[in-house]
Amino acid sequence: MTVISFAAAIRNALAVEMDANPALFIIGEDIGRYGGELGATAGLYKRFGEDRVRDAPISESAIVGAALGAAITGNPAVAEIPFGDFLGMCMDQICNQVAKIRYMSGGQVRVPVVIRTTIGGYMSAGAQHSQSLESWFVHLPGIKVVMPSNPSDAFGLLRSSIQDKNPVLFLEHKGLYSVKGDVPDNTDFLVPLGCANVVREGKDVTILATGAQVSRAVQAAEQLIDEGIEAEIIDPRSLDPLDLGTIIASIKKTGHLVIVHEAWERGGFGSEIAALVSDKAFGSLHGPIKRVAAKNVPSPFCPRLEQSTLPQIVDIFKAALETRSFKFERKENS
Amino acid sequence: MTSFLCREYNEGDINSSLLSRMLLIRRFEERVAELFKKNKLPGFVHLCLGQEASAVGVCSALRIDDFITSTHRGHGHVIAKGGDVKFMMAELYGKSTGYCGGKGGSMHITDMSIGMLGANGIVSGSLPIAVGAAYGAKFLRKTDQVIVAFFGDGATNEGPFHEALNMAAAWKLPVVFACENNLYGCGTRLDRVSPTSDLTLRARGYSMRSISVDGNDVIATRDASLEAVSEARSGNGPTFLECRTFRYHGHYEGENPSYLSKEERDHWFAKDPIDLHKNSMLSSGQIDQDSFEILDQKVRKMIDDAVQFAEESPEPDLATALTDVFAEDGETV
Repeated sequence: MTVISFAAAIRNALAVEMDANPALFIIGEDIGRYGGELGATAGLYKRFGEDRVRDAPISESAIVGAALGAAITGNPAVAEIPFGDFLGMCMDQICNQVAKIRYMSGGQVRVPVVIRTTIGGYMSAGAQHSQSLESWFVHLPGIKVVMPSNPSDAFGLLRSSIQDKNPVLFLEHKGLYSVKGDVPDNTDFLVPLGCANVVREGKDVTILATGAQVSRAVQAAEQLIDEGIEAEIIDPRSLDPLDLGTIIASIKKTGHLVIVHEAWERGGFGSEIAALVSDKAFGSLHGPIKRVAAKNVPSPFCPRLEQSTLPQIVDIFKAALETRSFKFERKENS
Repeated sequence: MTSFLCREYNEGDINSSLLSRMLLIRRFEERVAELFKKNKLPGFVHLCLGQEASAVGVCSALRIDDFITSTHRGHGHVIAKGGDVKFMMAELYGKSTGYCGGKGGSMHITDMSIGMLGANGIVSGSLPIAVGAAYGAKFLRKTDQVIVAFFGDGATNEGPFHEALNMAAAWKLPVVFACENNLYGCGTRLDRVSPTSDLTLRARGYSMRSISVDGNDVIATRDASLEAVSEARSGNGPTFLECRTFRYHGHYEGENPSYLSKEERDHWFAKDPIDLHKNSMLSSGQIDQDSFEILDQKVRKMIDDAVQFAEESPEPDLATALTDVFAEDGETV
């Protein structure tokens, strides 16, 4: 084990995969000489050369399309879009090309493309540099969606995503970049997609949290101990494919579910989880499914305003108490 | 690395090859129009009647291991690159034997075995893909493959067109941007929505070599394409190749193209690409009327066979609607 930052874990995963597969290349804005907008690709340009670490013009459609065109003709690609907020600039390439070309061609092509981008707020970056848009892509068949919450998972999940023969959208929370953690030195270390992580075991309430919300959930769980509540925390790690089995098994044990994500509540990933759980584990629920998510407004700039719209530890704490204290009353139809 | 011409084009008798490919496109499209009218085909189709010379002229300059990307009006490109009309027709019928097993349809015909990376239902959507295929060829696989991106005049007003041209020019990628300028984007004439009708200006903005040809003249188009392909193959970067042409039918079948005036249509009918080439061959004695009739019968028979193949083919198994979203582990393509 070595303690490294989330950003270093991303960089190491890229390097390991580029070493293993000489056909692989990465393309994006400022990823080469500059080393990445947030430093994730520092050093790769020198090590692998310009052909395989390509600084692109600020042309998100062409970056994603170029990754796709290369991938279907024999060169797996990792495309970097500096901020997830810019995915709108290449939405056609992602939605209509990358995610559909295999299906439309009747399976004639494979699409080994990873689109890495950063997401998330809590840093006064304003409404166009703070979003978490994962639910757009979870909605879309044909592209996998991965959200690591710590350096070890970032390393293992990114390697699995690159090795996958299919498109993967890899969402890295900006706030996690400097977070440090143990990462296995073993070059065989992979974290498979579709395999949730039970971050903390507990018997009283399940808290499902994604990305940077996982650490908030852990802190909330520590406070819940004082209330006599042992929370079980699940990090799905990939939203598609989704390890529903682990989630359902946990709810059967705890009877309560709190879903925490940084994206807006309305139409968010949590809505999908709530629907799935109500379908698959309705009889196990002893209280309402609670969602802790961003308020349905664009991200404000002022730090106090922004904090007021985003999930806080206390919100998770309160939601867990609320579902735990719910009293079921059947009202007869009059 | 394989490096031979598409089997459809015989260098020893290139004029006959060009004629027969154009005729195959013409008869295919005519039959599709007829079948559509009879409600034999689901969905909708965009035909390239009148544009046969640009597809054939360009593709005749390519090797089988070169790639093309195409548009919603892509039947001609598939045929010109060496596609099989049986599998195309079956795809238009939505049958299991179609190129895409009935999952793609007219706008998404793909044939990786001939380097046809897919028709595309999004205007300008395939240009970045062509750039990526070219990037891989030049910088990663280090082959001398060339990629042709077909698109229409309408695409030149889309953002991805500009991103793709800029990127290809910046890195001198082996792309031929084949713009089939048929004057209309859907029902709107180019000069009403663009400050210039000279589309090569767009390429010059990216310091890109540009050629504008009479896209109804298959020989001129082929010659220009040979030049563009040769430049691309020898590392001299992309070319913007404007083929000035015209489509006889509406944007899609079933549409009334009232926006095309009689004068305009008559003007273009008088320079029909197949007539032009055929007449040139007749007058130079390379072909006579009888041998043309024999060729035409042969082509019509291919279309008859394709329709029969499509009609007799089974519908796709319903289970296939749920496959091919993702490649499974261990799958090889």
